[in-house]
Amino acid sequence: MSRQRDDYEKSWWKRFKGWVDGEWDPLASGMEIRVPGSKPEERVTAAPKYLTEAGTPEEGSPAKGAAVGSESPKDPHPSLYDGRGIRYFRRFYQIMSVLLCLSIIFVLLWTVSYLPVFGNAGNPDNNEVSARYIERGLQETGAVNIVTGMILDYRAFDTFGESCVLFIASCCVLVLLRIDVEVKDGQSESGLKKRLAEANDRIYEPKNDIILQKCAGVLVPLILVFGIYIVLNGHLSPGGGFSGGAVLGSGLILYLNAFGFGKTERFFTEKVYRRVTLSALTFYCLAKSYSFFTGANHLESGIPLGTPGAILSSGLILPLNICVGLVVACTMYAFYTLFRKGGM
Amino acid sequence: MEAPLLVNMEETVSVILFGVGFTMLMLHRNLIKKIMGMNIMDTAVYLFLAVKGYIKGRMVPIVTDGIQDVSAYINPVPSGLVLTGIVVSVSTTALMLALTIRLYERYGSLDLDEILMRAKEEERI
Amino acid sequence: MRFFEIILLFCLVVCAVSVGFMKDLLTSIVIFMSYSLIMCVIWVLLQSPDLAITEAAVGAGVTSILFFVTLKKIRAIRKEDGHEQTER
Repeated sequence: MSRQRDDYEKSWWKRFKGWVDGEWDPLASGMEIRVPGSKPEERVTAAPKYLTEAGTPEEGSPAKGAAVGSESPKDPHPSLYDGRGIRYFRRFYQIMSVLLCLSIIFVLLWTVSYLPVFGNAGNPDNNEVSARYIERGLQETGAVNIVTGMILDYRAFDTFGESCVLFIASCCVLVLLRIDVEVKDGQSESGLKKRLAEANDRIYEPKNDIILQKCAGVLVPLILVFGIYIVLNGHLSPGGGFSGGAVLGSGLILYLNAFGFGKTERFFTEKVYRRVTLSALTFYCLAKSYSFFTGANHLESGIPLGTPGAILSSGLILPLNICVGLVVACTMYAFYTLFRKGGM
Repeated sequence: MEAPLLVNMEETVSVILFGVGFTMLMLHRNLIKKIMGMNIMDTAVYLFLAVKGYIKGRMVPIVTDGIQDVSAYINPVPSGLVLTGIVVSVSTTALMLALTIRLYERYGSLDLDEILMRAKEEERI
Repeated sequence: MRFFEIILLFCLVVCAVSVGFMKDLLTSIVIFMSYSLIMCVIWVLLQSPDLAITEAAVGAGVTSILFFVTLKKIRAIRKEDGHEQTER
């Protein structure tokens, strides 16, 4: 028994699981990690200096337009727009940017006036590429919706790169907005900061609003079912992974708004996000690599295309649509929670 | 010159929208307004591309009744390009907004000039 | 149909310009949302419903929500700073 357990501790799957759950990182030894603590202190000392220098609390500036500001007495930094040179420079900058934009618009309009006529079938962009997609698309991909067949079969690696772009963007937002709880010496301070962030988060909205909860109770199932329908029917009707995933994400956001973080954390935590995204991207990459490999070497891929128009048809397009939909839904929801409270 | 501009009205409008977005991006000092200008520029480019694929009197590129003739459907290539572009634009918007929040936490202002001024002051000290 | 399209395109330009001229950030975000919705209708007219669905969900939905949350976050930070100020 103990021998088996030892084997499991050393096994490949255990290490993989640890890597997925973030307990162990093969790249951690090679990374330069700055110890947290010096940065927040600097910020704390730096921020009050401005406040004391300015004398007045920070207000008024964000809603300001381009023209106002220099004469308003509420301006928190009178030194900034006071100098005559700076004011002249601003006027010069405005005039020059307007002139630049007008000239750009003029040049582009001039180009537009030489473009071929709108909606004409003989335009040079309606060439043999689109003709091929339309004429042979149904036989080669099995998808009734030609656009979906194009972006998930002919141009599938493009879509894969785009899913990775979404994933990387959510990682960057996580790096930028994350509030860290595991600082060693400043334990109480960071905990206080996190609690403050959560309190600030709901400061302008009523908690457990009954109208919102009743409406969400009716709407959220409908929105989620509609999103799933769009994802699953991507190869038959307009839609697909991107739009369906966005609809699913907005349904989750509505649910979160109505019922709070406690309810959503029951089924969607950071661990769930990590597993779903990783498995969807890995499956996409492997499936499409296999398909392209066999296709390029004129081998039989063994993936049946099915009858066009049936829900279980068009080979790999349906699972790929589900993968893209999961990635997009998770990313939209992750953006929202990261913006709200800095963590999932 | 006026007649092609009126015939290609969608292209004209998309170029004007591009100009409006570019003006907002350059002229506004507020960072959130700059991001909105960037989004308007994005949408103008998508409108231009989608208009290029449209052909008068033809259908959506979804095979109906087994008709697979080129003369029945519009061009599907620009639709595919724009579809991927829209989703990337939302991720770049989220990234820019996150950067804006961090800048506001650090410098207490959304005004780009003020932020630059304070950063320079900090470097001097 | 052409007439309807002309009206929509005109509204598009008006919305884009007024996003720039609004002083209040909340108002300009709402106008930006309506801009996205008009764009979505135009795409239905241009025979590409894939784009229309995506734009309605992403452009009018998620992007505007992210803008709103950013605004709220900024106001919360400002309020926090104000509290610090009064305590001193």
